[in-house]
Amino acid sequence: MGGGGGGGAEEEELTAQETALYDRQIRVWGVDAQKRLSKAHVLVCGVNGTTIEFCKNIVLAGVGSLSLMDDHIVTEDDLNSNFLIPHDESVYGGKSRAEVCCESLKDFNPMVRVAVAKGDPSLIDGTFIDRFDIIVLSRASLKTKLFINDNCRKRSKHIAFYSVDCKDSCGEIFVDLQNHSYLQKKPGGEPEQQELKYPSLQEAISVPWKDLSKKTTKLYYAMRVLESYESSEGRDPGETSLSDLPAVLALRKDMCDRMSLDESRIPTSLLERLLAAGKKEHPPVCAILGGILGQEVIKSISCKGDPIKNFFYYDAADGKGAMEDIPPTPED
Amino acid sequence: SEEAVKAAKVLMVGAGGIGCELLKTLALSGFSDIHVIDLDTIEVSNLNRQFLFRKSHVGQSKAHVARDAILKFRPNINIESHHANVKDAQFNVDFFKQFNVVLNGLDNLDARRHVNRLCLAAEVPLVESGTTGFLGQVTVHVKGKTECYECQPKPIPKSYPVCTITSTPSKFVHCIVWAKELLFAKLFGDKNQDNDLNVHSKDGSSSKLDVFERDVDEDLDQYAQRIYDHVFGYNIEVALENEETWKNRRRPNPVYIRDTLPEAVKQNGSSWDCSNDHEEPSAMASLGLTNPQEIWTLAENSRVLLEAFKLFFEKREKEIGNLVFDKDDQLAVEFVTAAANIRAHSFGIPLHSLFEAKGVAGNIVHAVATTNAIIAGLIVIEAIKVLQDDYKNYRMTYCLEHPTKKLLLMPVEPFEPNPSCYVCSEVFCTV
Repeated sequence: MGGGGGGGAEEEELTAQETALYDRQIRVWGVDAQKRLSKAHVLVCGVNGTTIEFCKNIVLAGVGSLSLMDDHIVTEDDLNSNFLIPHDESVYGGKSRAEVCCESLKDFNPMVRVAVAKGDPSLIDGTFIDRFDIIVLSRASLKTKLFINDNCRKRSKHIAFYSVDCKDSCGEIFVDLQNHSYLQKKPGGEPEQQELKYPSLQEAISVPWKDLSKKTTKLYYAMRVLESYESSEGRDPGETSLSDLPAVLALRKDMCDRMSLDESRIPTSLLERLLAAGKKEHPPVCAILGGILGQEVIKSISCKGDPIKNFFYYDAADGKGAMEDIPPTPED
Repeated sequence: SEEAVKAAKVLMVGAGGIGCELLKTLALSGFSDIHVIDLDTIEVSNLNRQFLFRKSHVGQSKAHVARDAILKFRPNINIESHHANVKDAQFNVDFFKQFNVVLNGLDNLDARRHVNRLCLAAEVPLVESGTTGFLGQVTVHVKGKTECYECQPKPIPKSYPVCTITSTPSKFVHCIVWAKELLFAKLFGDKNQDNDLNVHSKDGSSSKLDVFERDVDEDLDQYAQRIYDHVFGYNIEVALENEETWKNRRRPNPVYIRDTLPEAVKQNGSSWDCSNDHEEPSAMASLGLTNPQEIWTLAENSRVLLEAFKLFFEKREKEIGNLVFDKDDQLAVEFVTAAANIRAHSFGIPLHSLFEAKGVAGNIVHAVATTNAIIAGLIVIEAIKVLQDDYKNYRMTYCLEHPTKKLLLMPVEPFEPNPSCYVCSEVFCTV
């Protein structure tokens, strides 16, 4: 069976405590979905403004467990942008982001097991990821994203892969559910079983640009240019600034020539925004991306509801939250 | 925009589902002068999404607890919390005038209208919002530039004709309203209230004016069964006598205890387990029914009804005559569910579980954290535009469950004010 849930729903009932706490959300997605959530194991690599929003959401939703991987020691910057870190040096001093955030997240829902996973995402092996049903990556290099996505696809167990990146006031979510089987609500009729086949990350970013619709969100292209730039320059994700613009524009020309795309489809102003963004995340956009991602993971675990296939973009500049299907699914 | 945010004084109305997410995002975004108004106290069912609250806070003021929680990670900002109703006199036009923008996280039309009018009078921009399940929206209202909240008519809450409730229910909700506002109210509520239930007995031989009154020294079992037979049996037979009503409608079946629970009739005066005096009395618990999602049989519903009825008289006698239905009152919910189901059975309407019945009877809005978080983010984005007077970029944003033209978040330009709006049109005087 598809979906990122940990096995099918079992016969045991929800406890009285769970029924009382989850009443309002059970009314949205049903008891069965709630049971599946309670058996799901999630790994989040990279603690930042967006992923802590996501973590808050899924802990409140009642997943089985959440593991956080981020060994960076808490900095002044973290204090200013993270609502899970109390302004109390005795609490955060000398600790990693994952450690401090885990403690806070436990408070949100004592029924969820929240733990620190020490390590580096670029080095984790297949047997490690087998513990999880869902892996979320944020602010990871392209190399790491491809590595982990590839690993997810190689395991015999079904592991759903998500990456999320917030660049100041815009952001991108990528979804790979491999083969996903779920129940789709039909207006006025019985729910129908649907099957979706997702491309890998490698496939999704290698699509020749000329094959894409003219209406494709510009952010898709802009993010690919930035990704490629950071890769070739050996930069950490977000380790860019406006001074990189000339080199990035040259790269844009290069990529557009190769892919037969008109350069005007990737506005200079958009590339400027992404470069200037660096590692900044605009808190309202973190809330939006973390909320959408939360919903997606819940849909995937519960096998209910149309999941995003396969990219989602939000940009506060135009206010749109749009999905892109890349490569486009051929019409039947 | 950073300066505009730092200097801004913001009013939040509501510290619940949207409010918690909003207060958090405002604080992270650099807002440092915030007032919050909320009249509510914290309940367990809030904790699945109102993440600033903990179990230990149940019963405390949402506004105050939210403020304290935010100060833990933003100790240097100014938050003033008001545990009060936004409709109180203290929140007058002068109060509203001190703010650069007002942000609503309300759950009812009445308060929304009130705030809308105050914002118009004080000439303060308003960012409105709402969520239900996976759906949500954020709208911007600036006097003179956009529609006010009331320029477009809002759907009023559904109400049902009296005769549908008393005589010809066709949907489960009709049965719930009957169970809640007629039967429950008649038996346990204010005796002086008007009530449409038929109070006359079968043979007129009874000296009682009101058949619902318990006879002196009447055995509780007998009383319960007598009421059961009256409302589900006798009253239905009386209704059936009116041929006209049933010409084009399915005729209801009268239901009597002797048919649904034949063994109960013989069990007069039996004693029951009074061991758990400290726990909230519950008919489900007494009867060993543990699953609120289960749809009970007619017999089970009947047992629950009789048991709940008796438990009210046995354990909560002092409250009888003053009770108002409360969705968090387990015994009341059990009673109403059972009564509605038995009535539904009579009228050929599908039965529902306690969980479903509670939702209908309590007008419960289904809610999740993610939608509230998304909406809160959108509210702050609009609020920042408002502070910068960036009116060309104001947007109404709709959060959709199913994409339209691949959009899950759909921005729409606000409309101009409705010239015939009776609330904001300049033609009328605003007092």
